[in-house]
Amino acid sequence: MSLAPTAPGPDEPPEGSVSGLQTFYERAGGVLVPIAAALLAFIIGGIVVLITEKSLSAPFEAYKAIFQGTGLTWFIPGGDTAGEARDLQQTLLITTPLILTGLAVAFAFRCGMFNIGGQGQFWAGLLTAIWFGTHFDGAPPVVHVTLTVVAGILAGAVWGGIAGLLKATTGAHEVISTIMLNWIILWSGKWLLEAPDGFLQGTDPTLPRSDNVLDSAKLPTIWGALQPLHAGIFIALFALLVYHLLLNRTTLGFEVRAVGFNPEAAAYGGISVKRNYFLAMAIAGSFAGLAGAVDMLGWKYRLTSTEFDANFLGFIGIAVALLGRNKAVGILLAALLFGALDVGTSPRQLDPEVFNPELATNLARMIQALIIAFVGAEFLILYLWRSRRRVGIRPRRLPVEEV
Amino acid sequence: MTEPPLLELKGITKRFPGVVANDHVDFELAKGEVHALLGENGAGKSTLMNILYGLYHPDEGEFRLNGQPLRVDSPRAAIDAGIGMVHQHFMLIPVMSVAENIVLAVEPRKGPFIDLDAANARVRDISQRFGLAVRPEARIESISVGMQQRVEILKALYRGAEILILDEPTAVLTPQEAEELFAILRSLQAEGKSIIFISHKLGEVLAIADRITVLRRGKTIETVPREGATEESLARLMVGREVLLRVEKKPADPGEPLLKVEDLRVREERGLECVRGISFEVRAGEIVGIAGVDGNGQTELVEALTGLRKAESGRVVAGGEDLVDESARDYLDAGVGHIPEDRQRRGLVLDFTLAENIALHDYREEPDSKWGWLYPRRLIARAGRLLKEFDVRGGGPKTPAASLSGGNQQKVILAREISRDPRILIAAQPTRGLDVGAIEFVHRRLVTERDEGRGILLVSFELDEILSLADRILVIYEGRIVGEYGPDVSEEELGIAMTGGRREVAA
Repeated sequence: MSLAPTAPGPDEPPEGSVSGLQTFYERAGGVLVPIAAALLAFIIGGIVVLITEKSLSAPFEAYKAIFQGTGLTWFIPGGDTAGEARDLQQTLLITTPLILTGLAVAFAFRCGMFNIGGQGQFWAGLLTAIWFGTHFDGAPPVVHVTLTVVAGILAGAVWGGIAGLLKATTGAHEVISTIMLNWIILWSGKWLLEAPDGFLQGTDPTLPRSDNVLDSAKLPTIWGALQPLHAGIFIALFALLVYHLLLNRTTLGFEVRAVGFNPEAAAYGGISVKRNYFLAMAIAGSFAGLAGAVDMLGWKYRLTSTEFDANFLGFIGIAVALLGRNKAVGILLAALLFGALDVGTSPRQLDPEVFNPELATNLARMIQALIIAFVGAEFLILYLWRSRRRVGIRPRRLPVEEV
Repeated sequence: MTEPPLLELKGITKRFPGVVANDHVDFELAKGEVHALLGENGAGKSTLMNILYGLYHPDEGEFRLNGQPLRVDSPRAAIDAGIGMVHQHFMLIPVMSVAENIVLAVEPRKGPFIDLDAANARVRDISQRFGLAVRPEARIESISVGMQQRVEILKALYRGAEILILDEPTAVLTPQEAEELFAILRSLQAEGKSIIFISHKLGEVLAIADRITVLRRGKTIETVPREGATEESLARLMVGREVLLRVEKKPADPGEPLLKVEDLRVREERGLECVRGISFEVRAGEIVGIAGVDGNGQTELVEALTGLRKAESGRVVAGGEDLVDESARDYLDAGVGHIPEDRQRRGLVLDFTLAENIALHDYREEPDSKWGWLYPRRLIARAGRLLKEFDVRGGGPKTPAASLSGGNQQKVILAREISRDPRILIAAQPTRGLDVGAIEFVHRRLVTERDEGRGILLVSFELDEILSLADRILVIYEGRIVGEYGPDVSEEELGIAMTGGRREVAA
């Protein structure tokens, strides 16, 4: 593709358009970098398969098996439609919370904060949803679902809001405080499930797990029978729309973006930076809290204590936001990719003859990590690209600042 | 046939992606002359000199030194050829002494150690020879900016420079320091050194240069001798059209006081008091100028007057209310407009579009928004009108602010502030880094707004700007107002007050 920038206008100083060029690269990078990062990650993953399996065709077979395992082949006519549909339902079941945890990270990003606490906010929403979902017997389903989902959202908002409030009042860095909050909720959750009189402990006190949520609190299922896809996918898609409109079409979003880009200019504009730190973290947390509630009411229905050590949906949300570039459409696609990768490499989907199950799960993790690394390295890549234009030791001053 | 010039640059072309920064530029330097390279920001002056100093490689063109072809592919090669450069931002190590900085990388040694005594002696020797008084043992961080510049010049001379490139050397100096610099340059000239003086200031170019080469949009426009050149003729060459250099304005007709500051005290980050009891007022229809050298409390004063920094004590009365403890939002609502000194860091959200930047204060009001719902189309429509009215070029309402030139960015800020119809307009360094055409625009607009009856507070380090715009001049020194003057005060008198020379309040 052509990288030629638009010609400088007649009255634009020649050096001034260098920054215009920069903007162009950044915009192009908006689509190119994530795609390149994902491709590169798959290529490197393929090389690892090649080395471990010592067969030239192994990487292709592996990726083919993974792709078939995702159920995305359902869209291609023919084949085992029923099996493909089941796989696709699995993929979308994972995609749903990933969209929401991705939004939790992305929204904070847009306010200039790195929310590592998506996982904790997810647990906050999920644990709250258990309590609300197992109580209020006899409530009409619409009321019960709404109440439980709202409670989950609020719990996530509180858990995220704490970090925002700490940043606004004491300057505590959100990365540190959200990580600490993750551990606090995780151990609190275990205690609630495992302690003899644990608040969420189910009716059988010998088992570290909660009761099932009541039927009236369950989200309607929409597709499939065994572990069907639930209406939460619509909630997630609606959340994407909310995210987009909130950021771009409301005064709150205007403030959040201004603070995220340049807090000093935002303050100059009359915006309270602190208020926005708090609000943005609370809103970010509410997306993750919603993820937890939807996951619980959609298909998990109950929580076993071991799940605390196996569920990383909140953390994968970081990768989703990075790869999706904090854009609604990007987050949707990234969540689908990571959801598909997760399901496609799940040992139960793969024929051990074709693909060693241990390799499969690790390959998924590796590809995830590589994508994060490559997207994160974008700054480095752009920096290196820019520095091609300068020789010698002095960094070039920005043309517009030539005083 | 005359002898070849000392240095000859022929047909230098340098392209950056999508931009021709230098387009077949020709430049000649005769031995012993001061040759000014004049042009607006972005005209390609710095690019050309960075090529000469080996920091960039030209795509086309050749150098000749004494008629011989010369290849400069690194600063090292430039230094070996006798070319020295004094950058606009000094490259000195603050914790090291003057002598250590000067001999850095070519230090005299005693075994494996630097021979500091020898270094000091050599520096003393060279500074006497060229009449650049410095104390070799002094630490860089403890000496003035003017001194640091001398150290940079000495550094170049120490490395055997015959040709000195000075990149906007007066940008950081007080008027007195600039005079001293010119004296130094003349004595260097008398010693047979040749000097390339990069500038966009017309007055100083006429004061120091023997010949002047004007660049415009990467091209050599003309080389003219100083004799016969005037500020007007140079400005025309530089901008490519007639420029009104003197701001035309009627005498002020001040009305009621709009902004009253009483015994204002402000601390900076480290807790030091940097505004120490300042009182003044700005009346309707006048421009009050605050003159002073950078770093005497101007930044903090302006921040305190706009609610961006908490004041320690005192009163700031605007719109009939004491706002001293109120937020930036309250100042905006009280009709205080603010053109910040750092337009990229504070005045604009560079990643926002121009429409969003123009709405930065008013996004919460109708018609921009209602009940928290933003109407981007209305933002864009309003921005479109204002961009046209303020003649902003290089982008439309949806263009990111970052891609505009400095002058156009400043026009966007002016458009935003003035369109809010403020009673008081605080303009901090409103023309810093702008070229002649944009300066003219900003100055004229400020005078127009004064005539409309706004009270304008102008804070500037540029004496020219203060003298040509202000109806009353206050001099700030170490956080205090040390003098008040009428518009006819001489530059010398202001210069002395700015460096703390006098404390009594004159007319």
